Amino acid sequence: MYRVVVVGAGITGLSIARWLTRYKGIEIIVIDKEPDVGWGVTKANTSIIHPCHEENPDKHPLRSKLCLEGHNLWYKWVKELEIPAKWPGEIIVATIDEELKGLHKYIDYAYRIGVPGVRLIDREEILRLEPWVNPDAIGGLYAPTAGTINPMMAAIAIAENIVDNGGKLLLGTKVEDIVIRDGKVVAIETSKGRIEADIVVNAAGLYADRISRMAGIDDYSIHPRRGQYLLFSDRVDVKPSKILHTAPTPKTKGVYAITTVDGNLLIGPTAEDLPEEAREENTTTHQGLDFTYKMASRILRELPPRSKIIKTFAGLRPEPSTGTFIIRFHEKPWGFVEAAGIRSPGLTAAPAIGKHVSKLIIERLENIEPRKDWRSKRQAIPRPAYMAPRERDKLIRENPDYGWIICVCRKVSLGEIMEAVKRMKKIGVPEITLDGIKFRTHSMYGDCQGSQCRPHIAYLLWKRLGLQPWRITIKGDGSKYAFTEVKALLRGDRDA
Amino acid sequence: MPDRITKKDYDIVVIGGGPAGLAAALKAREKGLETLVVETRDRLGGIPLQCIHPGFGIHYFKEDMTGPEFVYRFIDKLLSTDIDYTVKSYVNIAKYVSPMEKKLEIITPYGTEIVRTKTIIYAAGARERTRYEIGITGPNPAGIMTAGEAQTLMDMYGVMPGKRILIVGSGDVGLIMARRFVLEGAEVVGVVEILPYPSGLIRNVQQCLKDYGIPLLLSHMVISVKKRNGRVSSAVVVKVGENFKPIQGTETEIECDTIVIAAGLKPRTKLLESLGAQIDPRTKGPVVNEYFETTIPGVFVAGNALIINDYVDYAVEQGELAALAATKYVDEKGIRIKKPVKIILGRNMRLIVPQILTLTSDALFYGRVARPEDNVWLSFKEIGFKIPQLKVLPSIMIRQKIRLDKLKSIGTNALTVEVMPRD
Repeated sequence: MYRVVVVGAGITGLSIARWLTRYKGIEIIVIDKEPDVGWGVTKANTSIIHPCHEENPDKHPLRSKLCLEGHNLWYKWVKELEIPAKWPGEIIVATIDEELKGLHKYIDYAYRIGVPGVRLIDREEILRLEPWVNPDAIGGLYAPTAGTINPMMAAIAIAENIVDNGGKLLLGTKVEDIVIRDGKVVAIETSKGRIEADIVVNAAGLYADRISRMAGIDDYSIHPRRGQYLLFSDRVDVKPSKILHTAPTPKTKGVYAITTVDGNLLIGPTAEDLPEEAREENTTTHQGLDFTYKMASRILRELPPRSKIIKTFAGLRPEPSTGTFIIRFHEKPWGFVEAAGIRSPGLTAAPAIGKHVSKLIIERLENIEPRKDWRSKRQAIPRPAYMAPRERDKLIRENPDYGWIICVCRKVSLGEIMEAVKRMKKIGVPEITLDGIKFRTHSMYGDCQGSQCRPHIAYLLWKRLGLQPWRITIKGDGSKYAFTEVKALLRGDRDA
Repeated sequence: MPDRITKKDYDIVVIGGGPAGLAAALKAREKGLETLVVETRDRLGGIPLQCIHPGFGIHYFKEDMTGPEFVYRFIDKLLSTDIDYTVKSYVNIAKYVSPMEKKLEIITPYGTEIVRTKTIIYAAGARERTRYEIGITGPNPAGIMTAGEAQTLMDMYGVMPGKRILIVGSGDVGLIMARRFVLEGAEVVGVVEILPYPSGLIRNVQQCLKDYGIPLLLSHMVISVKKRNGRVSSAVVVKVGENFKPIQGTETEIECDTIVIAAGLKPRTKLLESLGAQIDPRTKGPVVNEYFETTIPGVFVAGNALIINDYVDYAVEQGELAALAATKYVDEKGIRIKKPVKIILGRNMRLIVPQILTLTSDALFYGRVARPEDNVWLSFKEIGFKIPQLKVLPSIMIRQKIRLDKLKSIGTNALTVEVMPRD
């Protein structure tokens, strides 16, 4: 039995682990410093499954290949794992001649990579395909295969599937060192003790360079590139059916306007290079949000007023000093594997990165065989408000909690919330967090951002699980939802 | 008083079991309508259940009560009738079938109920604006919540949300919460208000802030927050000039562990929008006629879902009026509108309901001015009707009844409501 420890429970690490669960003779442990899966880079990005025609196959041959392969794998994964997804296609909208000229090269890339259906379209066709495009558009590039998923739901689904297949998650655990003996990786030291390992996979996102240094690898660094986003109410009229974006620049794929799988208009991101030490600076700024709003108005016919914004947020992408994915199996120290610098199109490529990395590992191990009892399927949490009455009533008869809608913005029942708690425990989250419930159920995720239902959810967790509201955190460490009992300050309680 | 849906057909379904909904249901039953109340929470009562301060019922009962005392007058009365009500229940889908038939799909812990009704009174209340809607940037740590969320935690569930608190917004909700925190031993470091004057009642400024020495920062706004260990550590506050633009160089940081947003309410309109009702961008609620009937025949609105009220007494009044209108609708098989008159917002008027008149009934107007003004006329121009006002303030709702005979004297299809100087 070999033990593989994957560092990083983001979409990359989880995809690698999922592939590895297909084999006999491997014990898998995924470890993350956060108390839940997907809370790093996976949490805040544009959520696009790219067609991959914007990858330069000369400059980034591996990335182009993994992008397309990942894209194609997602069709299967979203079905197997019941991940919310849609495939509307995308249009790069050009507003000036220079941008239009720049689009030609993507047709060449598409042909060489193997992306189907990419073509230039004129203004008339753009407006026919997508009436929400700004009529100032002079032309564009259409890529019919583009899709969008909910990345957090994806990370959660993959994690549940890993655990169903016998893998383990060790969350809220920080890697402190990598132990190397005789030129081989033998263990990692963590905040919760030493874990023996034959293989250590570094999928640590924003912190990958620091993990590599623990293994003596020091030939690259990561800096955060910040992207700020604006999310609008699901009740605005502006709902482009296609994924739209401005012409790419060397740094980014441009600013997007998409209707997410949840039905919200999302615009963004910015692309701000931050210093290496700013790896937790996922903060929004007035300047960044204003820029995003302005850029989006170039591609959309109209933008909803800013009063219809329900959430602003920022994500950090890990930008490697090499400019491209760092995926390698080290001979020195043997057993140290990297999937680092997974910047855009990392979400798209993730399933293929998983396949590729698992192959690098499997071919170096002995007596590894595919499992016959591997479970490809995972079921999503049922959503009674969106079911037919007959089906819903069957669910409610079994568990009346499914008949009480707690979050009215997103129509989420108590049953869904309690099921999320059950699943969090099953994958081994060290504590039930309100964000963990939010990402699994989409309660606290609508127009009011939880201001109406969050105290009631906290109270019900208290009643059902004995979790006092002043101990529940929003996102783990230090983020307590409340402080104490209401009379504790007057009593002068010491721990208040 | 069965706490179940016992019938397939009702004359009226009231959506929302708060003050407006309860008052509507009681009035409708009094008039003989088969009535159902649908409430999403696990009990009737709505927001007053968490308002343990006094000030309720001064107009309606001529008594000063707390929120729970006030609303239990209605609940107790409702429980003594045969009005059907259902809690933990949510109207998932509403369909307009015909003027005398609306079909509702209601999700309850005892299954899906399909109910037909002649009329609907939508009294689902309002929701609060969040930090994102008032443009507060920065990280997204714990310790930022709306005033209502803080109030639910404290006064429904006995949980203290913070110790060192900054409040954003000096409306009555913000002022009352400031005092509430102090009374429980927390420190309120200030109340930040973007306007150059407080938004709440003068009475509350004195009784909630001045009496406790809580600083009020007028013409200021919170532009961003900072965090430490996952929780708010300070708010970045800036002075604003004209047009509410931040003045550069005036940023200061106020240390706090909790930021409470009391920046106003928005009527809840989701179900009305799904029915296709017209929404007024000023009130953010539905467009209604003097029966508080939306643009969907037989669908009425009352309470904060109609317009954000100053007093719960107004919400009750609207509920009762909507119930009387629904009774008329059921009796007369609809309210016909021949030549509707449109209400036009004139000088210094920010919003008003109703927005349409059918000229078949007296009309009760509720409105707000755009800016404070002294010594003015509230004027209904085309009918030559005006009332002197010593002072008008955006924070004080204007409530004005006009009789049908007066309204009928209008010769045009538009009625302008305006505030004019009186000299």
